[in-house]
Amino acid sequence: MHTKTITQLAQGLRAGDYSSQELTEAYLARIKQHQDLNSFITVTEHQAIAAAKQADAMLAAGDAPFLTGVPMAHKDIFCTLGVKTSCGSKMLDKFISPYNATVVEKFNAAGAVSLGKLNMDEFAMGSSNETSFYGAVKNPWATDCVPGGSSGGSAAAVAARLIPGATGTDTGGSIRQPAALCGITGLKPTYGRVSRYGMIAYASSLDQGGPMAQTAEDAALMLQAMAGFDPKDSTSVDCAVPDYSADLNNSLAGLKIGLPKEFFDEALNSEMAATIEAAINEYKKMGAEIIEVSMPNLKLAIPAYYVIAPAECSANLSRLDGVRYGHRCENPVDLNDLYIRSRGEAFGTEVKRRILVGTYALSEGYYDAYYIKAQKIRRLISDDFNKALEQVDVIMGPVSPTPAFGIGEKTDDPIEMYLADIYTIAINLAGLPAMSIPAGFIDNKPVGLQIIGNYFDEAKLLNVAHQYQQVTDWHQQTPKGFE
Amino acid sequence: MSLTVDDVNKIAYLARLGIDAQDTESYAKDLSGMLDLVAQMSAVNTDGVTPMAHPLDQMQRLRPDQVSETNNREAFQAIAPQVESGLYLVPKVIE
Repeated sequence: MHTKTITQLAQGLRAGDYSSQELTEAYLARIKQHQDLNSFITVTEHQAIAAAKQADAMLAAGDAPFLTGVPMAHKDIFCTLGVKTSCGSKMLDKFISPYNATVVEKFNAAGAVSLGKLNMDEFAMGSSNETSFYGAVKNPWATDCVPGGSSGGSAAAVAARLIPGATGTDTGGSIRQPAALCGITGLKPTYGRVSRYGMIAYASSLDQGGPMAQTAEDAALMLQAMAGFDPKDSTSVDCAVPDYSADLNNSLAGLKIGLPKEFFDEALNSEMAATIEAAINEYKKMGAEIIEVSMPNLKLAIPAYYVIAPAECSANLSRLDGVRYGHRCENPVDLNDLYIRSRGEAFGTEVKRRILVGTYALSEGYYDAYYIKAQKIRRLISDDFNKALEQVDVIMGPVSPTPAFGIGEKTDDPIEMYLADIYTIAINLAGLPAMSIPAGFIDNKPVGLQIIGNYFDEAKLLNVAHQYQQVTDWHQQTPKGFE
Repeated sequence: MSLTVDDVNKIAYLARLGIDAQDTESYAKDLSGMLDLVAQMSAVNTDGVTPMAHPLDQMQRLRPDQVSETNNREAFQAIAPQVESGLYLVPKVIE
């Protein structure tokens, strides 16, 4: 039953085909069996069984919320009451969260059973899951390759069918890129759609949580549980949450798809271009109209991101100082020594790079040249998207320039790793929603198609993704050894 | 833009971030690379463009001035590195 979708599992639970406890035990056994993937940091076996029993009682009584009894897991960036929440860092290796993130509360309220916490790049800074204090995660499609990042544990676990769905977060592509590299469906909602309360902050004006699952239909169910206004998050947007499943079956006849010519320039390798083109041809068959659009400032997205994100990260991570929680060095001689050594001992290299760049960009004399300049560029990029979305319903393109690359292949050159985020980062700067859906394979490694929509138009994205999944079966394929 | 080892040490101190002496040079190289990447921005004229701090240009929302949180001191201090009599302990700050 591990190949079933959330939608199927929820129906099976209601029909009494299996109990939540049976499901939970089966998935826990799979997690144990495949622990060499390293997708989990913490497995909360006892809590999961207890929650499953409670779910079974609720199902028996009737009137249970729609995810009741369905197993899932959270990226280890979401604070979970009484459970270690490490954010992939030595800094929080012993941090037992004293509260739940709003997203965790909402999934609990929807009846989902959490099986544990998923591996990730340290503080979500990385595109390969190799910066985690707990080690790299293996891609189930090719275990010598990375799963992508930063939500690499989430993507690998869903792809290996260790769980039917997982939460992720996306600051520069961290849901979409691992979803693409692992052959699953991932959705980064509009900035402000999902509460950031209790989601450990990396870059606060970019971070957004979202669902990762096998299908768009499942992503719709998960987003339904996650989305909504939260007074505890000052950037949460107070606007009505539609029924995300209602429009899934709408026809795509007449859908206007924009293809930014800058996405398909000579930098995109020919196999990737051919795969994306084949996916777009499927949409043509469904009656969609293709329109070329232009994003002249797209190439500036990476430079602007690598000012804004590090600047915000250097401010956010200053709270991790060894005083109230987190790692503290032994025998500090004074307060400065306490700060410097606690932080120096507990942060990894990538986190340190970004804190340093951010500190530099925000320091006296450089603020205007870097931070303000980057925010102006951000406006130009956002304007490009707004102009394009006046002409079209959705924009499509690749997610990542290549399929999954080898573990260790890019670790010596951080800049090369940054440049690979070219197709995802601009969307975070603009704050738009976007998805990655499985669209084929190159050398037996999955390829993702990116679908970008207008603000708060997640229902349209899910509709567009779901229709593609009705005529293709890329999303149903399971890696060898995990069938 | 090229940063020296001295620059890195200065920035690391501003960030109160310990860096092993043997790694300073590689940080200088990586940070210089990042700043070169970022320097592409200066080729674009952004005169008159309003900086974008928030994707939806939202203003900070205000809430009513009412107590909404309960006191969780014990739960919060249970995870602290060092506490005594309900207080967080740090090295002596004032001589």
